[in-house]
Amino acid sequence: MALTRAQIESIAQLARLELEPAEIPVYQESLSRIIDLVGELDRADTAGVTPMAHPLPGLRQRLRADEVTEQDRHELYQANAPQVAAGLYLVPKVIE
Amino acid sequence: MVHRNSLTELAAGLRAKTFSSVELVRAFLQRIEAAQPVLNAFISITAEQALAAAAAADRELAAGRGGPLAGVPIAHKDLFCTAGVRTTCGSRMLDNFVSPYDATVVAKLKAAGAINLGKLNMDEFAMGSSNETSWFGPVRNPWNTDFVPGGSSGGSAAAVAARLIPAATATDTGGSIRQPAALCGITGIKPTYGRVSRYGMIAFASSLDQGGVLTTSAADAALMLREMAGFDANDSTSVDAPVPDYVAELDAPLAGVRIGLIKEFVDEGLDRENELRIRDALKVLERLGASLREVSLPNLPRSVPVYYVVAPAECSSNLARYDGVRFGHRCQEPRDLQDLYRRSRGEGFGAEVKRRVMTGTYVLSAGYYDAYYLKAQRVRQLIAADFKRAFGEVDVLVGPTSPTAAFRLGAKTADPITMYLNDIYTIGANLAGLPALSVPCGFVGDLPVGLQVVGPHFAEGRILNVAHRYQRETDWHRRSPERFA
Repeated sequence: MALTRAQIESIAQLARLELEPAEIPVYQESLSRIIDLVGELDRADTAGVTPMAHPLPGLRQRLRADEVTEQDRHELYQANAPQVAAGLYLVPKVIE
Repeated sequence: MVHRNSLTELAAGLRAKTFSSVELVRAFLQRIEAAQPVLNAFISITAEQALAAAAAADRELAAGRGGPLAGVPIAHKDLFCTAGVRTTCGSRMLDNFVSPYDATVVAKLKAAGAINLGKLNMDEFAMGSSNETSWFGPVRNPWNTDFVPGGSSGGSAAAVAARLIPAATATDTGGSIRQPAALCGITGIKPTYGRVSRYGMIAFASSLDQGGVLTTSAADAALMLREMAGFDANDSTSVDAPVPDYVAELDAPLAGVRIGLIKEFVDEGLDRENELRIRDALKVLERLGASLREVSLPNLPRSVPVYYVVAPAECSSNLARYDGVRFGHRCQEPRDLQDLYRRSRGEGFGAEVKRRVMTGTYVLSAGYYDAYYLKAQRVRQLIAADFKRAFGEVDVLVGPTSPTAAFRLGAKTADPITMYLNDIYTIGANLAGLPALSVPCGFVGDLPVGLQVVGPHFAEGRILNVAHRYQRETDWHRRSPERFA
């Protein structure tokens, strides 16, 4: 299946990825081939098969008690942030 | 020549005061510095912290204390978070990221006394089979530096193969421990899903990712894994089951052990010379009393297409966190929030990561979810059922680790599909959550190849036992590249 330029642009927008114009045909080609590769799965007979939800059969995800266990370490965590002021993460203005 | 010693020998030598931890750390740091311009195995070298930790370990050892790995030098794949040390995941996105905490694996190995010498190079976000997608440049294979070391744990594998460190942590989502182990002529084990905590392991595909280790022998892998494994409340998929003493199980006799050669792995894609090395290895196991038969897993050849739906789908969700706001790369002068997201991610991620994020976004997008994602999870169930059926007949499954020995740098970078097919024999164990390892079993030309051993869930002890008994009979694992002798 050949993906169109418009499809690649729309996937890139969904994934919030800025692509250079020259990258688009490259991804058009390789993504189309990957979709062809995974298209082989159509030939597998999966009637009545439950989709696998966990690599270990019968194991269920644990839940912990709904209690506060974390300490406030925002200064340490925000040391990695590109832009912070007064303990808040800064982004470009969203509301005019 | 301390670097000629195994991890087990180094741990014993430290206890016997044959050498000190500071001496060991200095010797290995010197080898790391000397090899770095050639192999590029490290992203960060933490010499100062390592020497301080070694001095502390020497004091513990002098007082007759210290854990099972007290004073032993190791290094971590740069995917494990290390408190106060830059953790990049091989990406420009995390070029400036200093982790505020230790991954559980890092903390456990620290508690066992191991000394971290630095952070190892890898494919960006563990997406690659040749270590050529790293933002920090490719790693080279110590056996021949024109060739790739495999990936994604290429730095870990090259460093252990060149004896720059006796052991390295690594991770395996579709073969990223076993394939580089094979291509670099060393031993690598990916444990059962849930056996080793994923807390502090930067996520790629959460239902497939599993931490493990690269060493020069199965005995050393057993020693490392015993310290790394175990329940962790911080990982919701961690399994609450006791960790057996893998070292104590190593020598069990192989008489009566039933070994199944995976029929689908001896296919037209397998290099003929590589196949001969595998068949020689199986003869050794038979001589030790194991019985051998061929076993068919008919759905296994669909592993690659299943993987290239499931892994990118999980990748696109996991990598959504890199938004240029809380940590990681941010573009210059964003016009608005959309522009901030799009350019920060477009600049921060390399070509292969973008390809997988987009593939995942596509297969999960409205109208395609059932056709791709649910279909793949159904076929994944069939593959898991094939393994389950096979383990009703045999105790372990064996086959090649990779279709060929290492390939030249650049040989497969132009075509992602060709690159993806390198993992054709390793992906199945990840899809089914099974423990699997690779041990060196000979050479094709001047390059090593590996034998893969897969076990039922939580049978790490059994596959390490098979590997160890094999290594008692052979010396492939003792060979090391001449250039780094």
